[in-house]
Amino acid sequence: MNQYPAWKYLLISLTLIVGVIYALPNLYGEDPAVQISSSRGTALGESLEGVVETRLADNKLTVKSVERSEDRLLVRFHDTEDQLRAADVIKEALGANYIVALNLAPSTPGWLQAINALPMYLGLDLRGGVHFLMEVDMDAAVHKALERYSSDLRTVLREAKVRYISIRIDKQTLVFKFRNAEDRSKGSDVIHEAYRDLQLRDVDKGGAYLLEASLSENETRETRKLALQQNITTLRNRINELGVAEPIIQQQGDSRVVVQLPGVQDTAAAKRILGATATLEYRAVDTQHDVEAARKGAVPPGTRLYKSRDGRYYLLKNRVIVTGDQIINARSGFDNNSGSPQVSVTLDGKGARKMLDFTKENVGKPMAVVFIENKTTSRTVDGKQVLSNHKVEEIISVATIRDVFSKNFQTTGLDSPEEAHELALLLRSGALAAPIRIIEERTVGPSLGAENIEQGFESVVIGFLVVLVFMALYYKVFGLVADLALAFNLVLIVALLSLLQATLTMPGIAGIVLTVGMAVDANVLIFERIREELRNGNTPQASIHAGYAKAFSTIADANITTLIAAVVLFSFGTGPIKGFAVTLSLGILTSMFTAIMGTRAIINLAYGGRRLKRLPI
Amino acid sequence: MQILNKGTQIDFMGKRKIAMMLSLALVIGSLVTLAMRGLDFGIDFTGGTLIEVAYPDAVDLGGIRDVLENAGFNDVQVQHFGTARDVLIRIAPRADTASAKLSEDVLTALAGADPAVEKRRVEFVGPQVGDELTEQGGLAVLYSLIGILIYVALRFEYRFSVGAVVALVHDVTITLGLFSLLQVEFDLTVLAAILAVIGYSLNDTIVVFDRIRENFRKMRKGTPEEIMNASINQTLSRTLMTSGTTLMVLLALFFLGGEIIHAFALALIVGIFVGTYSSIFVAGALSLALGVSKSDLMVLEKEGKDVDTSP
Repeated sequence: MNQYPAWKYLLISLTLIVGVIYALPNLYGEDPAVQISSSRGTALGESLEGVVETRLADNKLTVKSVERSEDRLLVRFHDTEDQLRAADVIKEALGANYIVALNLAPSTPGWLQAINALPMYLGLDLRGGVHFLMEVDMDAAVHKALERYSSDLRTVLREAKVRYISIRIDKQTLVFKFRNAEDRSKGSDVIHEAYRDLQLRDVDKGGAYLLEASLSENETRETRKLALQQNITTLRNRINELGVAEPIIQQQGDSRVVVQLPGVQDTAAAKRILGATATLEYRAVDTQHDVEAARKGAVPPGTRLYKSRDGRYYLLKNRVIVTGDQIINARSGFDNNSGSPQVSVTLDGKGARKMLDFTKENVGKPMAVVFIENKTTSRTVDGKQVLSNHKVEEIISVATIRDVFSKNFQTTGLDSPEEAHELALLLRSGALAAPIRIIEERTVGPSLGAENIEQGFESVVIGFLVVLVFMALYYKVFGLVADLALAFNLVLIVALLSLLQATLTMPGIAGIVLTVGMAVDANVLIFERIREELRNGNTPQASIHAGYAKAFSTIADANITTLIAAVVLFSFGTGPIKGFAVTLSLGILTSMFTAIMGTRAIINLAYGGRRLKRLPI
Repeated sequence: MQILNKGTQIDFMGKRKIAMMLSLALVIGSLVTLAMRGLDFGIDFTGGTLIEVAYPDAVDLGGIRDVLENAGFNDVQVQHFGTARDVLIRIAPRADTASAKLSEDVLTALAGADPAVEKRRVEFVGPQVGDELTEQGGLAVLYSLIGILIYVALRFEYRFSVGAVVALVHDVTITLGLFSLLQVEFDLTVLAAILAVIGYSLNDTIVVFDRIRENFRKMRKGTPEEIMNASINQTLSRTLMTSGTTLMVLLALFFLGGEIIHAFALALIVGIFVGTYSSIFVAGALSLALGVSKSDLMVLEKEGKDVDTSP
């Protein structure tokens, strides 16, 4: 009686071993490190390591190690002082094409990293940093779209010689006022012809002939989606400027963006950078003069030297053909004939006329798009953050004009769908920009974060010890067995949190503490049952068996109900609360395993199949 | 070691009238204080700005108020947080969109007066987010109650289910009442604690119910009242033991976990006291009052009993 088959012992030992291995990375500390990644998402240069290492050696900075992964270079240092100095040195050496960020890199040994064993991912309340919840003003996005339509439709109506009294924007609709029904029906036809996306409706109010135009449901949804997407892209680009090691930029719902910047303290700078603006310009490329000569300083009058994203130089004429606010839309897609990726651009009436005038005379010549961003960059000088505002202008696309066009045109010859997508986003960010604002901020200073970890750790340890002692006193040997299971449980929770890379927050730690208290419940239930069976005069072996068997359904019922509450908590929760729900649920699940199977295994091993007179319970 | 005598024979059900009176008094008292004083909702729910700063030495709150008033902040609430060196500043939500910038201005003003000030924490919640959190929080409590109601009704009997949920409402109301009485700030973490209390208190109730069900089937003789009494007595030692260990770790959390987790730990401590009491006196007594009898549970005989319950 009371013997487990070998596979159960094997399963338990295996779980324990895997648990210990995956919990192990949390015991290693962290190295101050500098993380270098490319600011354009392109590959890091081959010579990067060499450059960095020579520069650091020149400045007499000792490097602990240099690691290269697919998209970043991680340089570890022995102390933070070296790290800070090195970051400045590297920033200066590499220039704007690389993001140089301070990071705390876990010093997990290679063999653990190889099996994906990483330390727990700490939430912002533990490591310090900023959390922003930002909301895109969707009404403004739609309003802006309507504004562009209205200025354009004026021209369309004038050119079609349709007389109207006024055009105004009322909430989410454009309202045209006509003199009579005949003008209105003509106007309606013309507008429908020009913009099929608009929904038109005749309204007669107070003797006035009104025509209401609104974005179709599809178009509204598309506008909102694009506004959000574009904001996320712009935010991502800007956060790269901040030099944050592991930023999180995530869509939440259909109009919100979560931005988490671990380790960032200067929220004022972060807010300024996130709020920067961008525009763009179409300019003609000067093909008559030599770019190389211009690079040496001989820039011809009426032109300017620009650099493109891929590092090439172009001479552009000073005259601007079309500016960003004249772009109504830009979408990536595929060419119907060749199937190659392309970007379709729609201009408003003013832009269309200018484009027509320009292309008439310049077929076969190249045209460039310049992206202009007002950026704020931060640099650390003598331990203090210094901010500087500057305008960054770069060419995002150069294309040859194949034909005369005005309102609609396509940019083709793009290498990949991704490139088309990126270009469309950039074109829109100069045009569609819907305002975004911060609706929630949570910043935790580094000292508070460290304190939270310390206090959290301390309360886990003390709570754990108290329960251990109490159980051992109350249930003697069986109590010690429960203690072992509890320790096993703690290891499993930590291992699971590390494995899932779920965010550990302060309420999450509280969840662990609570689980420690509650996890013994299963054992208490079992042991009390065993005592009861013994009191009823059953043999020790029978009592052990009956105790476990009878307590099981109670334990399951009790845990499932707690799990219901935890799951609700998880689905509703934001940030820190979610952390609590996660640790609580994981704790319930692991405790079922350790408190029932774990203790049974030990007890079977110790007492199973033996003649016993008494049980030390 | 055993705290309780081997076979306690306390007549819990006999005292159920007194317990009911006590519970009723506590619930009514809680409702009154909730109606009169309300809860001291944190900025998670009201919206607004909260700034925690630390100074190297103890600071005088009057001085900080003056500094902020001179900087144009008239509607601020300033208080110590944990120690005399830590200060918590609360600013009511403002209508203007620039409210995200408020914290910057406050910190600049404070740094101007005393450069040694250190920013510990800033929380800004827009009014709209606050409203959403309040709504979601209420829904979360409601959903978990409904979920539990369904589960208990499926596993046991609807009278038990009602008894369990009434016990939970009882626990939540009294915990909230205490928060209202003491005017302890009610924030998101406290809400999480309330949900944990729901889970915990139910855990206790289920254990008692399980035993009641078992005894209803096993004990041929005895009135429902006697069977309930026996069941509560049999599980009493476990109930106190588990509440005891959980309380111990919560006390560790309360005293060592730091100021941020204080209200959270308090809610759980109160909840566990009330939850333990309610699973002994309220849940069972209510099922009894609703007329639970032997035959109600016999139908369920097939369930649970024949299933192989060996772990």
